[in-house]
Amino acid sequence: MNIPPINIAAILPAVVLSIAGVAIMVAEPFVDRAKKSILGWCALAGVIVAMLALFTMADNRGQWYSNLWIVDDYSIFFHVIFLLIAAVTILTSIDFLAREQINHGEFYALLLFATAGMLMMSGSNELMMVFIALEVMSIATYVLAGFRRTDLKSNESALKYFLLGSFSSAFFLYGVALVFGATGSTNLIGISEAMRSSDIQITLVYLAAAMMLISLCFKVAVAPFHIWVPDVYEGAPTPITGFMSVGPKAAGFAVFLRVFMTAFPAIQDRWISIIWMVAALTMVLGNVIAVSQTNIKRMLAYSSIAHAGYVAVAFASGSRRGISAALFYLLAYSVTNLGAFAIVTILSRSEDKLTNISDYAGLASKRPGLAALLTLFLLSLAGVPGTAGFAGKFFIFRSSVESGLVWLTVIGVVTTVVSFYYYLYIIVQMYMRDPKEEFGDLRLAGSLKLALVIAAVGTLYLGILPTRILDWSTVAALNALR
Amino acid sequence: MMDALITNHILTIVTFTPAIGALLILFFKRDHVRSIRAFALVITVLTFIFSLHLIAHFNSNTADYQFSVNIPWIPSFGISYQMGVDGISVFLILLTTLLTPLSILASYSITGRAKEYFIFMLLLETGVLGVFVSLDLFLFYVFWEVMLIPMYFLIGVWGGERRIYAAMKFVLYTMIGSVLMLVAIIALYFLHGKAMGTYTFSYPQILSAISSGRLLLTPSTELYLFLAFFLAFAIKVPLFPFHTWLPDAHVEAPTAGSVMLAGVLLKMGTYGMLRFSLPLFPNVSHLFAPLITFFAVVGIIYGALVAMVQPDMKKLVAYSSVSHMGFIVLGIFSFTTQGMEGAIFQMLNHGVSTGALFLIVGVIYERRHTRLINEFGGLANKMPVYAAFFMIVTLSSIGLPGLNGFVGEFLILLGTFGANKTRAVVAAIGVILSAVYMLWMYQRVIWGDINNEKNAHLSDLFGREKAMLIPLIIMIFWMGVYSGNFLRPMDASVARLLGQTGKHDVQYALKP
Repeated sequence: MNIPPINIAAILPAVVLSIAGVAIMVAEPFVDRAKKSILGWCALAGVIVAMLALFTMADNRGQWYSNLWIVDDYSIFFHVIFLLIAAVTILTSIDFLAREQINHGEFYALLLFATAGMLMMSGSNELMMVFIALEVMSIATYVLAGFRRTDLKSNESALKYFLLGSFSSAFFLYGVALVFGATGSTNLIGISEAMRSSDIQITLVYLAAAMMLISLCFKVAVAPFHIWVPDVYEGAPTPITGFMSVGPKAAGFAVFLRVFMTAFPAIQDRWISIIWMVAALTMVLGNVIAVSQTNIKRMLAYSSIAHAGYVAVAFASGSRRGISAALFYLLAYSVTNLGAFAIVTILSRSEDKLTNISDYAGLASKRPGLAALLTLFLLSLAGVPGTAGFAGKFFIFRSSVESGLVWLTVIGVVTTVVSFYYYLYIIVQMYMRDPKEEFGDLRLAGSLKLALVIAAVGTLYLGILPTRILDWSTVAALNALR
Repeated sequence: MMDALITNHILTIVTFTPAIGALLILFFKRDHVRSIRAFALVITVLTFIFSLHLIAHFNSNTADYQFSVNIPWIPSFGISYQMGVDGISVFLILLTTLLTPLSILASYSITGRAKEYFIFMLLLETGVLGVFVSLDLFLFYVFWEVMLIPMYFLIGVWGGERRIYAAMKFVLYTMIGSVLMLVAIIALYFLHGKAMGTYTFSYPQILSAISSGRLLLTPSTELYLFLAFFLAFAIKVPLFPFHTWLPDAHVEAPTAGSVMLAGVLLKMGTYGMLRFSLPLFPNVSHLFAPLITFFAVVGIIYGALVAMVQPDMKKLVAYSSVSHMGFIVLGIFSFTTQGMEGAIFQMLNHGVSTGALFLIVGVIYERRHTRLINEFGGLANKMPVYAAFFMIVTLSSIGLPGLNGFVGEFLILLGTFGANKTRAVVAAIGVILSAVYMLWMYQRVIWGDINNEKNAHLSDLFGREKAMLIPLIIMIFWMGVYSGNFLRPMDASVARLLGQTGKHDVQYALKP
């Protein structure tokens, strides 16, 4: 038996996060109750070390561990997104946990495990590996959603997410089994090679692809598999809502794009029309239902559904530029949305007392800085030029027009106008209504300020000087197409 | 050396001076309203002075873009920071830089959240200037959209009672048109790229490919692209029947917001038609000209009739804008030199006259906090200087010979008459109607005895108010008498534009 060479360097970031997570779990009982925030900073240190480890990983390009694991620009690009998401989420959580008196170290450990799962998803070259990574991420996130365990809504959130999430995981596993039956391989490249021969049962492959499609649509929360999103997002602790709206979503897309572009290019014309419909439906439903929301977390939940729709537009273009636009958009959206959720976290006060949009009335005259930042993030989500959101949408629509999807593009831009309505509505509350309260009890910890600065700088940088990241995402996109 | 340096960067300097000013205002203390205001004024006056460089060094003999800059921005997408001005845009830039300091002068009653207010005013100026100078379609779109946000805040925060509704309506209406234009811009980019091999958003490059016939658009493609562009511009103008956002926005906006909105923002629509719709899609433009001029004429008459019955002065002026903007569209789609030059000239006129009218309405609104015509009467007794200024502006607006309005309307009607006699005749009725509603309003507000106690103690114009009106009064006379100064620089660019649209039927050798 041939044991493949072990190359720790190729998986170093995930290893670092796992070790940091375990270390936090072990250290947790020994840390004084009042000083649990230290664990948060430790977790952040872990993420930063993982970022540094990325350089080592980048030097080890190629396939490792019997082709289970692949290091290429695509996986590195997603590693950057996920580690950034983890860092900002930790920064947002440190003060939040203290405020809510749920300051347990396990929170950070789970967050690191979830992130490690996401990292593994982006580098998987093999369906079983994808499944394991998916479960590592999902299980940690289920627990995080219910982390406010005395709160009924948080429990509801966790339970719903768990039940539906495991159901969709089962779909994925079923798909893997079928594809293995049809092609005799679970390796992505192996599958695509097997499909070139004529003696495979193509119906079985269709069925398998459909199963995986359903499961992944659930994970990235696109219509018609989006129903779980608002309840789960509303009940989860706010920093975790922010995390879920970007992390698992981007990780889901990382797998979605890689699996379908690498393993199933032979039947592309079949699944791409489904993605087309999914994209159109998601953009319309997400944006239209968001208009009628009064709770900001639910509104941002629908908005996150809509944004998944835009990524699906890029996916539906099925080209290198489309994938590159999708990658760019995921980064741009993650940065912006994390910023928005950081502010929602600050404003929601303990036990989510103030999460109605009308609670934001008059914020601008009391806390102009916070209002201005939220405005920046909302404008970016809406896609106003000069912000990351516009650059992302522009690249997506450019790729979809190039692929001849003019009608899908038109649906996309028109629903964008709808989204202007609900994003601007929050701005209306902040700037154009009289304040109902003083906002004197707001806590703005240093960690939150840092999170906001990262998000704001990222939003503007990607909006004004997108060239560098865009060129990189174009290189990364090439890896997914082979 | 120094001169060359300025000439090379003058457009960047002019466009971004206000934005830098806005950035600097961030460092002022919130309650230092006076210094913020003074600073904003200095910045906008400075911008105006910089912009004078454009006209001082403008070469009237060439149709080429002058003071050009072209720096790669997102090279992998063929997006560059490309700017330039020609005879069509140069005066619109000056109009913008002239009206902004006057709007700042009109904003002295703003005391609540003044810091944000002046930041938004300055950002608005940068956005509008950017629209007029951009030669890269992507850059153009960026400015076109970005400028919505400050205007949205100006209406929504400092506006009247129904300000939120008006602000939202303004943004959503404009957005729906412009997002489709974005799709068209991207499509044009690919059509050009596939035909020519170079993918670029550079407008001159795309245009020369189309004009020289190297890039052939199929009729249906041209139609869709034209419609997408035209919808964006028609909503902005606003051309009847897309005008419904305008009265709301105008009535609710603060005085300075109305001045900027009527003075320059609406011009972005007609500018877009001239700059993009006609030369890029000449065939469809000709095809649709009858329909568009029909709507323009309907707008002229409809706007005038609705203006006539308005009890609110600001709403009256707003509807008069619908009517006047109809004239401009009519002139553009006459495809004659007179019509187009008249249209550009009328864009400037409308900016000056309507801007002045909104300032004038603002003056008494600040004193009485009402704009209802029947609240006033006999103001000439108490405010003689005001009455005189008001008279001049009114006459300019209805097109009295010797004042600016006449020249524009005359040229437009002349050009239209050559192209379509019925349209010209019906539009001329609009001129008469404008005299009716303007003079009637003037009569009710200014003449007669003071029969409302509240008007008995009104003070005449202050120094600041004179300062904001006098420049416009000077412009009204200057443009009316020395029209050639303004028309001459347009000649070369309009001639080229006509060349690109493929019709040169100049019937008359008439030219003031």
